[in-house]
Order: sequence, then C-alpha cells, then structure tokens
Amino acid sequence: MADLFIGDDTADEIEIAAVAAAVGTPTAVVRESERLVYGGIHRRRDHRHLLLPALHGLQNAKGWISPGGLNHVCEVLQVPPAEAYGVATFYEMFRLDEPELGPETTHVTHVCVDAACQIAGNEELIAEFEARGAHVHRSPCLGQCERAPAQFHQGIGRPDSVPADAVEADTVPADAGPADTVPADAVEADAGPADTVPADAVEADSVPADAVEVAVKIPQQGGPSLRLLRNVGVVDPTSLRAYRANGGYRALARAIEMGPVAVCTAVADSGLSGRGGAAFPTGIKWRAVAAEQGRPKHVVANCDESEPGTFKDRVVMEQDPFAVIESLTLAGFATGAENGWIYIRGEYPLATARLRNAVGQAREAGLLGDDAAGSGHSFDIEIRRGAGAYICGEETALFASLEGFRGEPRSKPPFPTTHGLFSEPTAINNPETLINTLDIVLNGAEDYRSRGTERSPGTKLLCLSGRVSKPGLYEVEFGTTLGEVLELAGPLTGSGTLAAVLMGGAAGSFVGPDALDMPLTLEDTRERGTTLGSGVVMAFTDEIDMVAVAVRIAEFFRNESCGQCVPCRVGTVRQHETMVQIQAKGSLSAQRRSLVDDIAEVMVDASICGLGHTAASAINSAIALGLLPEGGHDDDH
Amino acid sequence: MTTTEVSVNLTIDGQAVSVPEGTSIHMACESAGTPTPTLCWAENLTPVNACRVCVVEVEGSRALVPSCARAVEDQMVVQTDSPRVRHSRKMVLEFLGSSVDLSQATDLAEWMRHYGADPDRYDQPDLPAERISEEPKIQDDLYIRDYDKCVLCYKCVEACGDDAQYTFAIAVSGRGFDARISTEFDTVLPDSACVYCGNCIGVCPTGAIQFKTEFDMRSAGEWRPDEQEVTTTVCSFCGVGCNLELHTQDDQIVKVTSPADHSVTHGHLCIKGRFGWQYVQPPTRR
Amino acid sequence: MFGAGGGTSSYTEVEQTDIVLLWGSNAREAHPIYFHHLLKGLGDGARMYAVDPRRTSSAKFADAWLGLNVGTDIALANAVGREIIAAGLHDTDFIAHSTQGFDDYKAAVEQYTLDRAEEITGVPGHAIAEMAHDYATADTAQILWTLGITEHHNAVENVLSLCNLALLTGHVGRWGSGLVPLRGQNNVQGGGDMGALPNKFPGFQDVEDPVSLAKFETAYNMSLPDKAGLHLTLMFEAMEQGAIKGLYVIGENPADSEADVAHARKLLDGLDILVVQDILMTRTAQMADVVLPAAVGWAESEGTVTSSERRVQRVRAAVSPPGEARGDTDIIGDLAKRLGVDWGDPTPQDLWDELRSLSPMHAGMSWDRLESERGLQWPCRDEDDPGSIFLHSWLWADDLEGRDPAPFSVCHHEGPKEQLSDEFPLRLTTGRALDSYNTGVQSGGFASPIRYGDGVDMNPADAEQLGISDGDRVRMCSPRGSVETCVRIQPDIPRGLTFTTFHFPELVDINQLTNPEWDLRSGTAEFKAAAVRIERLASTRVNAPVPDVDSATEFADG
Repeated sequence: MADLFIGDDTADEIEIAAVAAAVGTPTAVVRESERLVYGGIHRRRDHRHLLLPALHGLQNAKGWISPGGLNHVCEVLQVPPAEAYGVATFYEMFRLDEPELGPETTHVTHVCVDAACQIAGNEELIAEFEARGAHVHRSPCLGQCERAPAQFHQGIGRPDSVPADAVEADTVPADAGPADTVPADAVEADAGPADTVPADAVEADSVPADAVEVAVKIPQQGGPSLRLLRNVGVVDPTSLRAYRANGGYRALARAIEMGPVAVCTAVADSGLSGRGGAAFPTGIKWRAVAAEQGRPKHVVANCDESEPGTFKDRVVMEQDPFAVIESLTLAGFATGAENGWIYIRGEYPLATARLRNAVGQAREAGLLGDDAAGSGHSFDIEIRRGAGAYICGEETALFASLEGFRGEPRSKPPFPTTHGLFSEPTAINNPETLINTLDIVLNGAEDYRSRGTERSPGTKLLCLSGRVSKPGLYEVEFGTTLGEVLELAGPLTGSGTLAAVLMGGAAGSFVGPDALDMPLTLEDTRERGTTLGSGVVMAFTDEIDMVAVAVRIAEFFRNESCGQCVPCRVGTVRQHETMVQIQAKGSLSAQRRSLVDDIAEVMVDASICGLGHTAASAINSAIALGLLPEGGHDDDH
Repeated sequence: MTTTEVSVNLTIDGQAVSVPEGTSIHMACESAGTPTPTLCWAENLTPVNACRVCVVEVEGSRALVPSCARAVEDQMVVQTDSPRVRHSRKMVLEFLGSSVDLSQATDLAEWMRHYGADPDRYDQPDLPAERISEEPKIQDDLYIRDYDKCVLCYKCVEACGDDAQYTFAIAVSGRGFDARISTEFDTVLPDSACVYCGNCIGVCPTGAIQFKTEFDMRSAGEWRPDEQEVTTTVCSFCGVGCNLELHTQDDQIVKVTSPADHSVTHGHLCIKGRFGWQYVQPPTRR
Repeated sequence: MFGAGGGTSSYTEVEQTDIVLLWGSNAREAHPIYFHHLLKGLGDGARMYAVDPRRTSSAKFADAWLGLNVGTDIALANAVGREIIAAGLHDTDFIAHSTQGFDDYKAAVEQYTLDRAEEITGVPGHAIAEMAHDYATADTAQILWTLGITEHHNAVENVLSLCNLALLTGHVGRWGSGLVPLRGQNNVQGGGDMGALPNKFPGFQDVEDPVSLAKFETAYNMSLPDKAGLHLTLMFEAMEQGAIKGLYVIGENPADSEADVAHARKLLDGLDILVVQDILMTRTAQMADVVLPAAVGWAESEGTVTSSERRVQRVRAAVSPPGEARGDTDIIGDLAKRLGVDWGDPTPQDLWDELRSLSPMHAGMSWDRLESERGLQWPCRDEDDPGSIFLHSWLWADDLEGRDPAPFSVCHHEGPKEQLSDEFPLRLTTGRALDSYNTGVQSGGFASPIRYGDGVDMNPADAEQLGISDGDRVRMCSPRGSVETCVRIQPDIPRGLTFTTFHFPELVDINQLTNPEWDLRSGTAEFKAAAVRIERLASTRVNAPVPDVDSATEFADG
C-alpha cells in the first residue's frame, strides 16, 4: 500500500551497476536503522534531476530500458514508475521495448533523414547498412549537415560515437571521470570497431594530445578575420594549457577586474543578442538575473542544438570547448549565479567528451569551484545529456528535461530570469552567444560594434549545407549578403540551378534566388519575411524534389511535437497529412490550400511554444515561392 | 492570513472590469459575464494551459494568450471574440473533434456550434484524418479507461499527482499525437500504484475515464442524466467531513462526486468516499 | 485539551505550517483527504516527522520516520521536551504568561535524556534531538495524532504529553500552530459535541456542574442525574457485575469491535435484553432480541455531523430507506412515546434549534447559515460570529481573557500493560487500511481492487527465525485467544512487531487477541498493544484470502 509503488520486475547486475555508475549513491531514502528512515517529498524532489542520467545509464547498458531497470531507478531515486516511464518514452534515444539484437550487437546506427541528408543520398546509405544487417534507426537531424549523409552510433554496453569523429578520438583523455559528478554519463568519442571506421584510426590513441596534427575543421580555418572561430583547428581543444597560451581565460580575468555590473553593461552596450533564433538582448537577460537576490541562481548553456541544418555549436564545442566553459563561467560571474549547467544533445558524443574534459581541467586549475578563477565567487558546471528531443532546445522545455521531467515547455510568463531552472532565476544562452561575450569583455563594446551593422552588431556563425561544394561552418560579419555567403561555400554541386535557400532551418523559411542580395542581418531578414534563425543556409537546386522535402519537414514537426498543446499536437499531424496528400495527388488543391493556411494560423497564434509557432513556416514559404505544385481539385483522381 | 486585496483594472471586449490582483484572465472574463470555453482548466487544479481553447487576444502580445493561466495586469486590453480568437478556438475544437470521440463532453457540442467547427473537413475519401483509436480498458470493477475520448488535458495526471493525491499512478507517456495517459509500461491498473480514489474521473471532461457503474449503465442504455438528482451530504467513513454529491437516478445512488469549491475536499475524495456507498443499496440492504 | 474537546486547528492551516509531527496516525489511509491538505503543506515546503511503530504509507512522506516501540510515546515526548529545555529553545515568555506547572514539568522530564529515551523507544537519540529542535524553532508547527496515541491504557496521558510540547514552545492558539486529533468516524466529534458522553451535556457542559445541570433541567422540565454515567468500557464492566442487564446499541458493533471480543460477546449474550438499532445486520444485531432497522444517516436522513476541524455540516437524504428502516430520531421519538413521553414530531431543524438554545458554542449556527455557508466551525456564539478557525487564541491575550493559565501535565512512561514474555514474544498492533473501515460492515460493500485482506505483517528476520515464508498460514495467540491467518512479510515493519487490520472479523477475529486493559479517563482499550506468539501451521501455503463482495454481503445480510 505504499504510495511509491514499485512492481515485481527487478534489475540485473549490469543494470544496477550502470545506474550506480550514472548517479552514484543517491540519498533519496536513507535507511539509517530499522527505526529511523530519512525520506519524503523533499528528498525525492532533490534527486529528480538525476533521472535522465540514470535512464541514459540503463539504455546504454542494455540497448533498452527494461521494466526491472526502470523499477530500480525508481527505487533509487524515489520516482514514481509511471512518471519515469512517461519521461523515458519522451525521448528518441530511449526504447522501452526489448530490441531484437544479437549478443554481439555493439550499437544501433542512427542515420539522419532530414533535408541536408535527404538530398545527399541518406536512403542509399540506410539501404547499404540494412543490407549488411546493421540495426538502423532513422533519425532526425544529427547536426552533421556538412558531412551529409550523417550517422551516429548509439552504443550498447559501450560509448556512443560518430564515425567521422574517430580520427579525433585520441585527443580526449581516456579518463574524463573527475570532470563531472555523473561519471557514467561520459560518452567518450571512442569509436571502437564501428563498421565505417578505418582500422588504423584507433592507433591514434597513443599519440600525445599536443602532438596531434590538426586537421581542417572549417573552411575558413585560421583566417585573420575570425573572431568566434579563431581557435578552431588552430588550438588543441583538449588542452587548457594550449587554450591559455592562445589568450584563453584572459576575458574572465578582465571580467573579474571589471566587476559584474560593468560586465553586464559591456554586454548590454555591445548589442549582443541571442543566436538561437529569438535574438533576445543578452545584456538585458543577464542584468535581470543579476538583479534577483536571495535564491540560488543558474546559468545554462543551451547546447541542445537540434534545429535541422544546424551544427555551429557542435563545431564550437568540439573544437573550442574551453571558450564555452570560460564564457559560461563569465556569465555566472556577471549574473551572480553559482550553478552552471551544460545541457548538450545526446547525439554529440565528441562535443560532450571535449566539454567534460575541459570542465575537468578547469576545475583542477581552480577556474571552477569555490573562488572560481580567484573571483571570490563560487561557480561550478554540471554537464547533462539530452536524449533526443528537438523540443528540449526550447529553454523552458530544456529546464523541464534537466529537472528530470518530460521536456514539455512551460507557459511564459513567468520568464526564466525569475522562474527558470528549478523555478529559480536563470540565464540561458547557447554557445555561440556565450563565446561572443569573451570578445566583448576583452575588447569592449565599441570595438565589438565596429563589426556588423548598427542593429545587428558583430559576426554570425552560418551553417552552410545542401548543394554547395564547400559545406561547413562559416563566420561572417552581419550584413554580408546571402549571395556572398553562398559564394564562400563555393559553386553549387550537381547540374541544377539554385531554386531555393532554406534560412534558419526547419523552423525558418525558404527564400528564392531573388534574395541573394539580402544582407544577412536581423533587420533585413525580418523585413524580407524570413529569419536568420540558428544560422542555417541550405541550398537547394531545381533537381531536388521539393515536395519530398516539404513532406519530411512536416513529418519532422509531427514527430517532434511534444503533444502538450492541441494546436501543435494535432496541427502538425493535419499539416503532414496535407503534404502527404500533395505527394499522392501531385498538387495542392485550393481547398487543401485554405486548410493549410487555417492550420498554420492556429499553430502560430495558439501554440504554447516556438515549435508550434514555427511549424508551418517553412511549408508556407515553400508554397508562397511556388516550390509545391498547386492546382487541381480534391475530387480529382 | 488575510491580505489586503489590490484591484486591477482592465478592459474585456471594451468593457471596463476591475478584479483582485492575481485573478486569471479566465476568471475576470467570467466575472465580466463573458463565458470562456475550457477543457483543461479546473478550479481545483493548477492550470496547465494545454488545450488552448480558452485563448484570448491581449493587446501587445504577439501570440494569443491562455486566459486560464495568465494573471490580469493593470490596463490590460483583452479581446475574447476577435477574428483571431474565434479562429483559434474553432480550430482547436475541430482538431479535437477530428481526432477523438467527444460525444460525452457535453459542453463542447455547444461551443463547436458556436464557433462553427467542422471536424469532418479533415477527412478525405482516400486519406482519412488520423484518429486516436483505442479499445476501452476494463481492468477492475471500479474504473474504465477509454482513451478514444482522451483530449490529453492532463487533468487526471494532475489530480493523481501533486495537485491532490500524490499517487502518481498515471502520467503522460510517449510524445506528440502518440502521447497517451498511461501507467508504467501500460501495466493494468490493479497492478499499478493506483489507489482508486477516483479523482482522475472526478476531473475528466470527456468521459475518457469513467466509473464502471456509469459505463455499464451507459452501455445498457440506462444512463439518464436528465432524470438524475444531486444531493450534497457528508461522507461517513472517517472524521474529515468530506462533502459528497450523491447522484441519484430511480432512487438509487449511481455516482458520487464532491464539490470542487468546498474547502474540505476541493472536489477530491478517497476510495471509501467515492465507492463506499454501495452497501446502502441492494443487494446489501434490500 | 484545556477545555472543549476538539482539534485546535483547521485543515487549511496544515497547508501553511512549517513543521508537522504526525504521531501515531496513518492519515494517508485513515484520513486520506485530510492528508491532501497535509501534502499541500509538504509540497509547499513544510517538513514532517512521523512517529509510529510502523513505517506506514504516511510515514513514507515524512522527512524522517521515528519508529518507536509500541506504547513508548510518553518517553519520546518527554525526551523531546527535555531536549527543547536543555537547548534553551522553549518559549519562556509564553510559558510565564500563559501556562502553569512548568517547574514540575521540567523536573519530571529531566530523567528522559536522549540516551534513556533511545533505550526505551528504540529511536536513535540524535533523531529525537533533531525533531525537538525543528519543532521548537519553527515559526509554526502542528502535532497531529489519532488512535496510535489514544488506543492505549494511558491514552489521556499520552495526549497530555503531546500538549506539553505545544505549551513549551507556544505552538498552540495561533494560526498555523496547533494540536490536531483526527477523528476516526464522521461524527465522533459531533457525538461529543451533542453530549453523547457520560459526563457532558451538549456543548461540553459538565453534568456535575450545578449551573449546567440547572439549565438543562429547566429546559427539559425534569430532573437529571447529577453524576457522570458510564462509558462503553464501564458498561461492559457493569454487565460483568450484573449491574447492567439490558443494552440499547445504536450504530455500534461491539460484538466485533471490542478488545478481547470473545469475552465481550459472552457478556452481550448474558444480557436480559439487547436492542440493536442499525442500518445493517451486524454481528451484534444478529445477537439482539430486538432489531430496529435504521435509515442511513448520511444518505437517507436529514441532520448534521461535525468534522475533525469542528465544522458542523449538513447531511441530507438522497434516497429512501429500504423496507421498514426509519430515521434514528423517528425511532427514538417513537420509543419515547411507548415509554410514556411524547416529544412530538420534531424536524431535524427543530432539534437543532433546541441545541442552539442550550449550547453556547453552537448558538450562532442557524440552520440557514449551515446551508448557505456550507458548514460552520465551533465555537460560533452568535449569528454574526464567522466561527472559529482555530482554538485557544486566549493563550495569547494579555489578560488570558480571564482564564487560568494552561497547565503542564506531569506524565511518566509506563509502557503497555501487557509485557512481552517468552510465551508471547511479539508485539501485535492494529490499524486501518485505505479502502476499508472498522469491522468492514460498510466498506465490504464494494469490490475494491486494492483490498488488503486479512493477514499479519511481519519483519523478514522474525519470519525467518520462525521458519515462516510469505503467505504461510499461521496461528497467532495472545493470552486471551488465538486466530488463524496468513503472514505477509514486510520489510517496513521493525523486528518484534506485528500488525494487522481489524477489517475482516469474519475471516480473522482479531479482537479475540487484543487487550481490554483500558484508560480510566477515556475508557479506551489498549487495542494498540497486545503480546502474541505466532506459529506456522502445517498446512500448505495459500495466498491471503480476499473477501469478495458476495461474502461480505452475505455476512451483512445474515
């Protein structure tokens, strides 16, 4: 008759060990003696945030979350099983039914099915894997659009990996343990015997970090104009010593001299705005959190980069992780927050390992912890992995996920600056936004504003993909035109001509070739009815079946809608059905067209969060550009 | 214990309204005589603002605002009948009507007429709109769960969880259109944490969770709400003094609820209050 | 406590208090909706200590569970008091102004050191100290209890030892702090309010107080006994001595519910006449010479009941009583007529108005107000009085409103009457389960999927020592009798303790074992502490039988 009712299924030794490795020895219930037990609601609440790491532990150990494993986690963390099940079933990377895997199966191969990979032969890759008997999972965008078609190996009894990362695996110290309080969450980019990895890649294990020959990471690598990407491919991302030797941690030192108020002022004066798509002024956000007193405060690095077409933060985290750590520490100092969190998407094993390593080294060097970097301010960072949910990039959904709940967004107001993580004041920024502040603090707001435009100061990271010959991450000043950017990425591939460019990802919109003169600024894109969003610039030529692309975008939103609000939960399904109908009938009838508009309007007007607000955006723009065939009648067959 | 009430002035559809600080727009609308449709809101639960059927237009706000969850602000200008509001309400009702069985959600039919909702327009002869399709779960003698009717308003989860009962036997599982209210691994209710307080049923707006007695009577065509009377009395099973609403038909108790606005129960009962009445009737006492 | 018998605080207060001591109460199962209010408080940050021999479903919500030995509540309470004083955390101003007898109390608790208390209670001393400090330093704190405190031979002393803690810290008489006994039945409080006590008139006016006596004699136009009558336990003693030869039982089932029930049945059998007025054919009714079938109070008749927060609320008829069943007041009125007194045919409202005219604490509760305000909390002295959210605010008045300061009580640890022995080495305690109620007469009427069924809970180590496995049939014996049941192995019950509900007398006649030793002041028997022996039966294992609706019905139908 206990309220925390745990069923009869029990965990096996592997599962118990995996959970222990993931969450240590929690104290949700302490049975001090037969006559004294500490427990109750408050302890349960205090431990809830360990649920996601514990579920990762189970999934990784067995390739699924078994009833016994789930019961064990519930017992250890005192989470009601129905709630834990609700959380586990929310995420793409967790499965709750036993997969049919042979005992030798070491991983499931996720292959991306979103736009950049869809037009780069992902189906052929999937067919190839399946022919070889691999376990394939069709995944939403894996954030590797510059190397489409992308894949990710979800390990079973071994760490997750990305085959393309294998050449870098060596540079990560094998023992990233002390870097985080959640050791088993560590997913080193140890690619192991993955099927696409050359056998000799593992040899690199023995090469000392500093001696690794740096490969080309970005097309502009080492270019003199780079501000945000200046370290990428130039500075060893695994070495704090190397980072400091190249000017690292000077910004934090400068910030400590200036004091929190002056730092917030500089950030505000710089005109820096959020780079995730919403473009909220960072200085205002930081000041609001700094003004909150008397409650624990948090700064969160939103590293759940999941917008289809986006991979900028991944590259930054993989290649310049100390910059992310330094700037998050700086944010903590400026806002007076003692708790730093990194919430990184689960499909980024190398970035996770690099950040973990960086946190560990920073902690060891006294740059984190009590009196972090000699600031007199206590600050530390915990890293948490997402588990496959686009919605968790939405800040309030991210908080819910990190707290151990389903990643469902919360209504705003109240805003995160007063009611963020654990309902406490929180500043949340993505890595690109964060690393901008290093430059601002070091060189001043005025210098920062000398780049870009009046209303869009600074530089912007852009993710070039699609039919361009040099896909990759680029840094340009705001105000560079779309045409100039596409030129940087080289001539189009294939034999077609440019038909459309997807700006800002699935949540963004298509523009036509007539937009090549558009300066890429917040104000100009807004004026032209499009968006910079997360910096996606994906080129499509007229050889591409745009109906198939539209169907997939609609399917993406249908799959990724959390289901909480009706407009998005049902609207994304009805929208997808309409796209499928176009595919089946060859064109969009006038009746269906009006339905599409009706669906779009309610999703924009009445959804809870940005996912619903933008779910119709790309499709609407595709229709407006004439990329989808119109005409005919519903009754035509 | 008592606080001085501060008034907030706003306009609703052009009418000046003054309500205490902290009042929701929804309640302000009610007090202004402007009824608002709602599915997921209940006075005894924390607003989850999931259904979005109560949205209103607030001047200065880009998107529409859920009136149940947003507190009024001074000088707020609220529109409850603008074209955007009418469109969103109509669409939400259409979306629900096209996906689930709303036949027992009695208030909704009227609202659907009001807003001109046409759930059938999503169906095509060759491509029918996808609907939730589930068989009723009948796993014990007290409850049935028929998720064909579930609008995923979260009320049952809240009542089972930290809005009242703290049992957490059910939660939302899955995601998007596939999300369902579920026990862990969809285990049968008697093997779950459920303690059969019936508070999920008490708050369900669509009959997706039902007392088995009601379900059986409905199935037999014997459920006649028009002939039912409701008498408020006090439960006999402990000394807390829970108010019971006895729903009677043909001089028999057919269902027990509790008033949501009463300070003792806030509409919630325990298994004894909810089901313990059966001894009063045949076969025990006649 | 300090006057009228009722909980000091309202349910809403526990939603906003800081510290809760839940002492001898499994409110999660016995008072589930009260527990909702408590959970709201915990959810909003309140912390709770649960003091109970078992780690009950209520205790699992506690920040700390203190599993004391059965019947050692006074030792624990006194140790808490001593620790508060030793740490200087007592409210000296409140004690000086509003209480009396502190010095004696202080001297009396001096011997209850943490070490000694640990020895007596089994609870680690540091946990006792933590509870003492949290309780004393909280802005607001409440002590809640139920039968774990009162079903002992020293029930009143148990209660007083808890009241002492409130007096020591000033946690009474103000919003959020208080002493809350939760009532087990829907009108236990109302019965007392109405004078269904051997020593009280309605409104807790003492029968031995000449002023009260004169008031009621005038009102009723007859002379009334000027001495307290007998409570239930004394009635059974009187039956034993032959002083009582006839018994009129209304809505009680002593043939199942009395401690040492075999003995109680013998006494009921030996009566010259037994009249039972009940809604169902209980075991007691089956023994009766005359059965008066009654209407169900809460569903078939009009009236009032009073809750644990002193809230008087209306009950109403929703369905007609079956057959010849009639309302209690009709039956009593007709009986009076047959006995030669005509009280007329008063309506429930007439009876209520008579009460209001005689009981000052009900005077303001007009029938109309009870309807329109959906219940009122006593005292409510006139029609402008909104009723009382909490009691004893006079303790905080400069002049104590003319009353005497509240007295500390000196209480000492005694322990259960029945000591454990080699012959009966295990402690048996009893309690309620969520879906059942008392002897199961009413709650057996529906098919609960969570029915606990009969059976005795045992610690795994004890079971192993006795060679007993989960589900084994056993014989359980006390000095008074023996029953057969099955064992449920339960890690949450400490070694040496066994537990069973009393809801299934037709399956396990548990009150054959319980101890009829009773408290002189309250008349409550020591249901909570018997000494027993458990032996494994040779027969094969079977699962715990769960009574189905039909068998419960059969029984009720007789």
